Amino acid sequence: MSPATPTAPAERTLRTATTNGRAERPIIAMRHISKIYATGEAEVHAVRDVSLTIERGDFVAIMGASGSGKSTMMNIVGCLDIPTQGWYWLDGVDVRLLDEEALAEVRSRKIGFVFQAYNLIPRTTALANVELPLAYAGVRRQERRQRAIEAIEAVGLSERMSHLPSEMSGGQQQRVAVARAIVTNPAMILADEPTGNLDTSAAEDVMRIFSRLNADGRTVVLITHEADIAAFAKRVIRLRDGQIVEDYRASAVTDLPPRLGVERTIRTVGSTG
Amino acid sequence: MTWRDNLRIAIAGATSNKLRSMLTILGVLIGVGAVIILVAVGTGSSAQVQANIDRLGTNTLTVFSTGRFGGRSTTGTQSSFATMTVGDVQQIERQPYVQSVSPVSSTSVTAAYNGASDSSATVTGSTPSYLSASSYSLEAGSSFTSSQVTNRERVAVIGQTVVSDLFGTSNPIGRTIQLGSASFEVVGVLATKGSTGIQDQDNVVIAPYTAVQDELTGESSSFSELLIQGKSSSTLNTVESEVETILAAANNTTVANLPFSVLNEASLLSTAESTSSTFTVLLAAVAGISLLVGGIGVMNIMLVTVTERTREIGIRKAIGARKSVILAQFLYEAVFLSLIGGLAGVAIGVVGSQFRIDGVQPVIAPYSIVLALGVSIAVGVFFGFYPANRAASLRPIDALRYE
Repeated sequence: MSPATPTAPAERTLRTATTNGRAERPIIAMRHISKIYATGEAEVHAVRDVSLTIERGDFVAIMGASGSGKSTMMNIVGCLDIPTQGWYWLDGVDVRLLDEEALAEVRSRKIGFVFQAYNLIPRTTALANVELPLAYAGVRRQERRQRAIEAIEAVGLSERMSHLPSEMSGGQQQRVAVARAIVTNPAMILADEPTGNLDTSAAEDVMRIFSRLNADGRTVVLITHEADIAAFAKRVIRLRDGQIVEDYRASAVTDLPPRLGVERTIRTVGSTG
Repeated sequence: MTWRDNLRIAIAGATSNKLRSMLTILGVLIGVGAVIILVAVGTGSSAQVQANIDRLGTNTLTVFSTGRFGGRSTTGTQSSFATMTVGDVQQIERQPYVQSVSPVSSTSVTAAYNGASDSSATVTGSTPSYLSASSYSLEAGSSFTSSQVTNRERVAVIGQTVVSDLFGTSNPIGRTIQLGSASFEVVGVLATKGSTGIQDQDNVVIAPYTAVQDELTGESSSFSELLIQGKSSSTLNTVESEVETILAAANNTTVANLPFSVLNEASLLSTAESTSSTFTVLLAAVAGISLLVGGIGVMNIMLVTVTERTREIGIRKAIGARKSVILAQFLYEAVFLSLIGGLAGVAIGVVGSQFRIDGVQPVIAPYSIVLALGVSIAVGVFFGFYPANRAASLRPIDALRYE
């Protein structure tokens, strides 16, 4: 299929993009994306001519060793950086046409970020951290509090709401970060090595939360170098030297995420048995 | 994000490193406090100068011989020191805006009583009107009278310094003191007047000019100095020109060549006022510089803060903070620091101005409080803008990568 072809007039405003949320439109459409860094004399081709389409409701893991270009991909996908060449539509919006302020707006409305280092604001309670994106989006105080509480409950941290980041474990902090990512109800959750600083069980907790969010219909894009983390995704894209070398689908977009599917199956079997 | 939310974030940021914020605030505090205290000292000293001049009497003219030779030929002593006569005094007294004219013959002698002495008392020979023209008031006894002047009686009114030097605590009224070789009876005691800064105005003896001329100065019915009291300070300049005209005519000369000088208290006042306002401006400028230094301190600390919190800025931008919101956040933080410094500075300034500083009682000028506070806020905005803009302009990708 050819979603939002380059020749078609691009939707420039957020308003049309958000009100025309047609289900068939892919969340991400990249065509011939390249990113070249000029470091002194040499030019570094971090991403070379990548074309990629990600469907709404998919759970995608972008894998690669360090230096494979996956961080650059993450920055471009997250609208934190602009590609040197190529076209990128995020939920129907041509991000190349946007200036700094508009990019901030797109990030705020369409993407929920989860970082490797959690990146919670220090000396600020979990609840206040989760409220922050809503505050920046201009949501009223009362509604914001309500939605933040719901998001924190969704990651199972209701009893940690008034704790500071420094009073929580890595796994808990990352779950707060996930709550912060979903609180604005973004079109996509973009997670950059979300389990990189976590031990196995905390990592599995976090991945299970991602799986459940995906099962609820959210699009999740995960950047990782660990195969067992990538195994939670429905689709795995492998990068090497800035190019896609493998694109493997584990389960259909409309299916439950693989691990959650297994769990549910086991649970279902167990309960009927 | 409302400004109130952002302000809360800014204040939380400013209070996260308490010691550093306190030191920054201290810089502004010292600046603002210095402005208020130094302007208060300037205002206080100018108020003091004015009070001193008020005590001298602001609607008086002092006419004194400039030492040039007089042009009066009637006396036949053309080479003598220029002086004024009783006739001059009477003619000036008739002018419409003149309240009184007091001829003055003064000298400095040693006053003595019963073994105690006061070495440098100023003896002023004059008429009873001299007391009110010079803003002296009586504390005890009475003044000498016009008839005592006419009768050349040796009576005197004495100041507080003379009283304490000669009599201690006992009552001087009715006693006879020695002024040089002459004896004078004390009829009155003057109330304390204080010092002009140059001269002790309480170390005085005031007596009929006739007696003083007879016994001490040796002049006869001519004066080298007159004290003229005008009816109001607004007509003092008219009186001044009238006096000059009369004296010029009496001495067969022009006003330009008058061998007398007329000292107008009103012009003295304006000179003193401009001097003290220059003094105040100078003090304010010095204090303003320290406020500027405090502002540079705010900027310095904000630059450090922005660098230190680069990652936090990246996070905020990644989760949707616009450039303007980040700009406002750091600007609020800078203004918060400078405003707290300003308010504390006002408090310190107001408290500090309650104490006498080097003999001057500071008087707080309300404009200096408004000015200092306003400048401290302006300093926060001005010196906070560059760091805040730097924070706001950080690219989120760079900011997030920052360790």
